Amino acid sequence: MRITCPLCGERDRREFYYKGAALVRPAEGEDLDAWHQYVNLRENPAGPLDELWYHEMGCNSWLKVTRNTATHEILAVQLASEAGLGGQK
Amino acid sequence: MADLIAKSPCEGLLPVTIGGISLTEEQPGSMWALAPFKGQEKALGKALEAAHGMAFPAVNRATGKAGSRAVWFGREMALLMGPEPDANLAEHAALTDQSDAWAVVRLEGAGAEDVLARLVPVDLRPHVFKRGHTVRTELKHMMASVTRTGPQAFQIMVFRSMAKTLVHDLKTAMEAVTARG
Ligand SMILES: [Zn+2]
Repeated sequence: MRITCPLCGERDRREFYYKGAALVRPAEGEDLDAWHQYVNLRENPAGPLDELWYHEMGCNSWLKVTRNTATHEILAVQLASEAGLGGQK
Repeated sequence: MADLIAKSPCEGLLPVTIGGISLTEEQPGSMWALAPFKGQEKALGKALEAAHGMAFPAVNRATGKAGSRAVWFGREMALLMGPEPDANLAEHAALTDQSDAWAVVRLEGAGAEDVLARLVPVDLRPHVFKRGHTVRTELKHMMASVTRTGPQAFQIMVFRSMAKTLVHDLKTAMEAVTARG
């Protein structure tokens, strides 16, 4: 499995650290249900899934990687900082 | 006051030569991480050019020359190797002294690429990885920086605490490549 880092280029999977689903963080002041969903609830699709990967052995960027969980095909990669995952005030 | 004796990271481990390939320790001098402040990339590049005569390196590239280099060192970061950074750079970037933090070695000779091919999951052959190219990558589970400094020469860096492992892994790969003839 290889992931094309937007900065470093195509790299072997061993250079990356896997975190989990890439979810949009609830805005400040969202209710408990939104946070419960964000923190605890996960889809487990046999197919494309947005995930966070860390280019630990490379440029140290967090990436949003769309991976087919059934085939491990990498469908899209972008910098997490440009993926609109929230965290802004 | 006690007179402290500086000990280089690979002291007592290098140099070694196996077959036609040599592994030696580099003494790069000062090493400072340059991390531009937000929106200050261009200004930092100008200051670096003015003070040290080299451009801020693009991703996967190194600028300067032996004794005075800037090596791309990760996202929005370069490592200045050689000179102490000019005070002007501090206006545009966070400067961190890493001089004693890294083991720096030079692998040189015909077949150096074959040695690294056993340890690094990136294509470092000369038609793809040319002089002035650099990568942050893995070298046998260690976070490494690999830069081509000559037609058959590489600069390899890992954390200082891993110097012994680095030398061991490189020597093992050098022996294996040489044994194949
Ligand atoms: Zn990367």
